[in-house]
Amino acid sequence: MKHSKCINSECKTCECNLCCTKINNFGVKRGGIEILKDVNLHIHCGDLTAVIGPNGAGKSTLLKAILGEISHTGELQFLDANNGTTKPSMGYVPQKLDLDSTSPTSVLDLFAAAHTNLPIWFTYPKKIRERVRESLALTHGEHLINKRLGELSGGELQRVLLALALDPVPHLLLLDEPVSGIDQKGLELFYQTVSMLRKNYDLSIILVSHDLNLVAEYADRVAFVNNRTIECCGTPQEVFTNEKVIQTFGLDWSNHFQMVEKDRVANALMV
Amino acid sequence: MHLWYSLVDLLLPFKWMQYAFMKNALLGVLLVTPIFGLLGTMIVNNKMAFFSDSLGHSALTGIAIGVILGNTFPLLHITPIWSMMAFSVLITIAILVVKEANTASTDTIIGVFSSSAVALGLVILTRNGGFNKYSGYLIGDFLSISPSDLLILGIVFVLVILLWVLIFNKLLLSSMNQSLARSRGIRVKQYEYLFAILMAVIVTISIQWVGILIISSLLVIPAASSRNIAKNMRQYHIYSVLIALISGLSGLILSYFWGTATGATIVLITSGFFALTFVMKLRLGQL
Repeated sequence: MKHSKCINSECKTCECNLCCTKINNFGVKRGGIEILKDVNLHIHCGDLTAVIGPNGAGKSTLLKAILGEISHTGELQFLDANNGTTKPSMGYVPQKLDLDSTSPTSVLDLFAAAHTNLPIWFTYPKKIRERVRESLALTHGEHLINKRLGELSGGELQRVLLALALDPVPHLLLLDEPVSGIDQKGLELFYQTVSMLRKNYDLSIILVSHDLNLVAEYADRVAFVNNRTIECCGTPQEVFTNEKVIQTFGLDWSNHFQMVEKDRVANALMV
Repeated sequence: MHLWYSLVDLLLPFKWMQYAFMKNALLGVLLVTPIFGLLGTMIVNNKMAFFSDSLGHSALTGIAIGVILGNTFPLLHITPIWSMMAFSVLITIAILVVKEANTASTDTIIGVFSSSAVALGLVILTRNGGFNKYSGYLIGDFLSISPSDLLILGIVFVLVILLWVLIFNKLLLSSMNQSLARSRGIRVKQYEYLFAILMAVIVTISIQWVGILIISSLLVIPAASSRNIAKNMRQYHIYSVLIALISGLSGLILSYFWGTATGATIVLITSGFFALTFVMKLRLGQL
């Protein structure tokens, strides 16, 4: 059945385990300093919510608090279709891995370490290679299986980490996009993959992003984090015309966005 | 032990192997070096070389505390090894707890703890001008291994291998990204502590044979050499353990003929391996 309060029109059944993620009066303190306060956010399954904002605004902290790595104040509720609370499985794609480029850890090592209890320094389970190849195929990374993690380009590493987060498919996918190091083509491929996933698996996705153009194109909802809280939240159209957002990212960008948006609407009407 | 002695007599019928102390040392080397090769891989991966160094240094304080306790309570028969182990574990936990507070870089914190520990140990041990008694710990003496030491070592050997089988994958994932590990249900802190304590125990146990000055090199160099040529975790471990074993055996034999300290001789050979693998890496380009 459809969740009574589910406003997402694309999600017709709400049969997924996680229907709503509710964040109310959410706050994070670290070392006596408030990093986030009064955060309110409501996420539905099948939604791609992009979190944008200036550097150091607390975007990554928000993800880590949702993951449960840092403690928080306020409410964080995961509701299933019948309005009961549930404990969703989460997938997480970090910005980067803490390892130097000479580390002898291969992509297969990373997956095997995550999936099995057999110590990978001793042996790999029989079927793991096939399974890893399948997960990597989802993000177009089959050919990377025997490479060392340190050899991968930024975009390749991101795709590998995404494949890892999707095996098994989680209810809630948290993505922390690297600030730099990924070429434009790789980034678009990444957004396409994420977008495809959302449609196929009814995932809730929270994506910390730095590329406003791609956010405008792919996100269902945008949350603008600034001054330690979410200052503005809504559709890309609403957020990118908000005054505070324009002040942060500059007027030029907003004008550009509105022009592109007009074109898009015009094109849609012509068709 | 008799079984081991006759086995050695059968397999290695050399003159230098007929002494019981050499047979003991040989078994000791066979038990210690693989552990060092194994643990070293994670130490190098996590950039914890400095940490293992400080563990070695803090053992000095452990000895000092053992001496005080031994003098105060002569009836308890406290040997330095237990006080060393207790102190190493304590200082390991202290370093990790202070590190979590996130107020200074890890390097600084370890530096502070390690030097304070050494200073405390030196103050206690030099109080009556009798430091010479303890200088043996600085260099270590592999040839003094006794059958009862070997028993402890054997138990530790089995324990380490068992733990390494159980926790390695989770430890590796935690070391790469804590949030990622958490998202997959791994209790990161728990494993971090377990590994650090494991390191403290193994360093403390072997310090009387290897020596305070070079113990961390024996942990770091085999893994560092292996890293030069390994392409995945399996190769990394295999090369590291092999390099540690070969260096251990040849170091023991060479030190017998040269009349040098065994621990130092072993470390010197591992350095040779590092140079060799380094050249291999340069020759073969980025492997």
